[in-house]
Amino acid sequence: MHGYSGKILHIDLSERKSWLESKPEKWYQTYIGGVSMATRLCWENITPGCDPLSAENPICLANGIFAGTPVPVGGKFGLASKSPLTGFIGDSLSGSWFSTSFKRAEWDGIVIHGASEDWVTVFVDDDMVEFRDASHLLGLGTTETESAIRDEFGDDQVRTACIGPAGENLGRISNVSNDGRKAGRTGHGAVWGSKKLKGLSMRGTHGVEVADSEELLRLSLDILEAAQGPHTQKYRILGTTSNVLNMNKLGLLPTKNYQEGVFEDAELISGEYLHEHYKAKTIACAQCPIACEQVGWVKEGPYAEAMSHIEYESLFALSSNCGVNDMEAAIKAITNCNELGMDTMSTGVTISWAMECYERGIFTKEDFECERYPEGFEANFGSGMAMVKLTEMIAHRDGYMGDLLADGTQRASTLLDEERDMESYKWAMNIKGLETPGYDARALKTFALGLSVGTRGGCHNRTAAYDPDIKGQVDRFSVDETRGKLAKGTEEYAAVYDTLPLCKFIRRCFTGKADREGAWPAIAKLINATTGWDFDYDDVDLIGERAHTIKKAFNIREGWTRDDDKLPYRWKHEEMTKGPSAESVVTDEELEYLKDLYYEAKGWTPDGLIPKEKLVELGMEDVAEDIGV
Amino acid sequence: MPLPSTSKHEYITCDPDKCIGCQICEYVCSYAKTGEFNTFRSRIRMVRDHKILITTVACRTCENAPCAIACPRDALKQDPKTGVIKVDTALCDGCAWCIEACDFGAISINPRTKLAEICDLCEGEEDGPQCVKWCPKDALEKTTPDRRAQRSRRKLAREEILR
Repeated sequence: MHGYSGKILHIDLSERKSWLESKPEKWYQTYIGGVSMATRLCWENITPGCDPLSAENPICLANGIFAGTPVPVGGKFGLASKSPLTGFIGDSLSGSWFSTSFKRAEWDGIVIHGASEDWVTVFVDDDMVEFRDASHLLGLGTTETESAIRDEFGDDQVRTACIGPAGENLGRISNVSNDGRKAGRTGHGAVWGSKKLKGLSMRGTHGVEVADSEELLRLSLDILEAAQGPHTQKYRILGTTSNVLNMNKLGLLPTKNYQEGVFEDAELISGEYLHEHYKAKTIACAQCPIACEQVGWVKEGPYAEAMSHIEYESLFALSSNCGVNDMEAAIKAITNCNELGMDTMSTGVTISWAMECYERGIFTKEDFECERYPEGFEANFGSGMAMVKLTEMIAHRDGYMGDLLADGTQRASTLLDEERDMESYKWAMNIKGLETPGYDARALKTFALGLSVGTRGGCHNRTAAYDPDIKGQVDRFSVDETRGKLAKGTEEYAAVYDTLPLCKFIRRCFTGKADREGAWPAIAKLINATTGWDFDYDDVDLIGERAHTIKKAFNIREGWTRDDDKLPYRWKHEEMTKGPSAESVVTDEELEYLKDLYYEAKGWTPDGLIPKEKLVELGMEDVAEDIGV
Repeated sequence: MPLPSTSKHEYITCDPDKCIGCQICEYVCSYAKTGEFNTFRSRIRMVRDHKILITTVACRTCENAPCAIACPRDALKQDPKTGVIKVDTALCDGCAWCIEACDFGAISINPRTKLAEICDLCEGEEDGPQCVKWCPKDALEKTTPDRRAQRSRRKLAREEILR
């Protein structure tokens, strides 16, 4: 086999041992890598029905097929476990030097079983596995942890994925960090924390062997040149933060916990404003010639020294959605999340839920008391200081509020509503427990469908169904019979990229056209030059359907039913009052109609279950045995 | 003996403001020199420290190159015309004295062959150093210290005086 080593590394933290598993080529052709292979490893190694924070929930990493080669934006890996936030599959992606070290150590995947009694880091040095005491690393932030481990080895080539204090404290909105990038969503930090795994370090010294290196280099350099042109201009200059003003204009910029889609001070939190006043540098992930990460830096004032790359999804959650118009507070809050090891999106949306509770008089100043802030504080929308303080409190579970919010909006609202007989679930903005992203789906009906059926909950990246809505390919305010197919098409399109994985920002650089016709033949050439396989358009297209199917199968085995595909109360019952997206909701009738269309388009039953023959057709015979109907 | 210094010779320089840390230079270098995709075998190396400090380093073609002087087996010889350090693979035994002598960290020992590897400015390539050619952000340049200084002076003049 080329492009793969054929080896999966199993590590047992309870027994402190490791072993090797070989996989046949057919298995690789079916699951490829990234989120698909990581989910498949999770399918094979989990005890179904287990508590996500128990030893029975494995940590599964799957590398990218192109990691460690010059293929642009191919330096990414997938991470999967059962999510402690959703109870379903938690599949994340991260771009980093960790993935290239992982590749050069000649492992295609890693499965971490069990749980350690004492805090450990695991060091994989080519084919050697070492368990190392991590007690001295406890409490350190993510950047500090990575540096401390590198310093211990005195080797920059040791790259680490790790958790921060939020993960140590089992916060269900915590994440895993590597080289400043994140496997960000669905609460991986808590899974690592539950196993007392502070970090996983890799050093690999082998060259990456591919089937036709000359061809792969030539293809890569063509893409690299195209990636300097107009197809990536948006990403190179302002990065994803350019979305702030675009979304605001469309009335879709979540504002004050999704009460509105227009933020009057959007200019002050825009990518343009960041670029002009706070940009320190633009940087890239491993193997990426685009470079979209805009690093924001606050030089003076109460948030002096705050520095982090600023993405749109982090920014909306920790500015407009909290009603905050202070870019410096946003940079500080995002820096805190990234250093403390928390999902910026879930953290921001959880804070905005708490702020709404405060504005409604459910929470008072005293509810925010903790050792750090013994007097408590006011937490109105617009208070940048309260937002920043809450990021620290959530990471450390400080006081009543830090502890309540550390597990996200679904758990916080359920607890609060039980304790105080309230209905705060009505503004708890999550789907399947995962906090919603930075586009208001009330006025993006295809996207609303995509989010509701999403296997990992409220994630824009996995569905990508905002695309036909925002581009005007369909009327975003209404529903029609085309939407089921559209949502299937966008999620499987996205799943191809998430499985290889390639960053989606390269999608126009193959031929100038981002659609399947433009991208799949070019991607097939990259796969073939890497592996020596003979993939064509249809094979590439199937990567996405298979990836999505194994994730769905995982969820079905964990007890998913049609009722789990839902939307937050607010999006179904409350209209926005301002801007071009005002007066829209997604009614129950609309949502159920859309779901019917979608399940049909997927070839599933009306209950959303997968027929046996469908699974067999996709080459997943053992999955068919297990959950096929 | 004259003190070693960076020289009149050309070398690869990196503008840290432009470098994004993508390592494309390392991939094309390792491929050009070894046929492998292995950034461990690149003769130009990306350095990333702190969140935004990113640059790359390759051989500076020092005059009176300390690496060549330090080599106990005379395996490293400097081309007097270009300043490029040539490694005689028959003589090199990977002792790493050259690495200790190099203030720039521009030499590495190949983990497989245990031999020293140093940037040779892609002397054999028609289109010059491959890292320079393929750097997506034009951060790399083959230049001399003097030309580099001239450019800095011009930049300063434009920014400070014409402002």
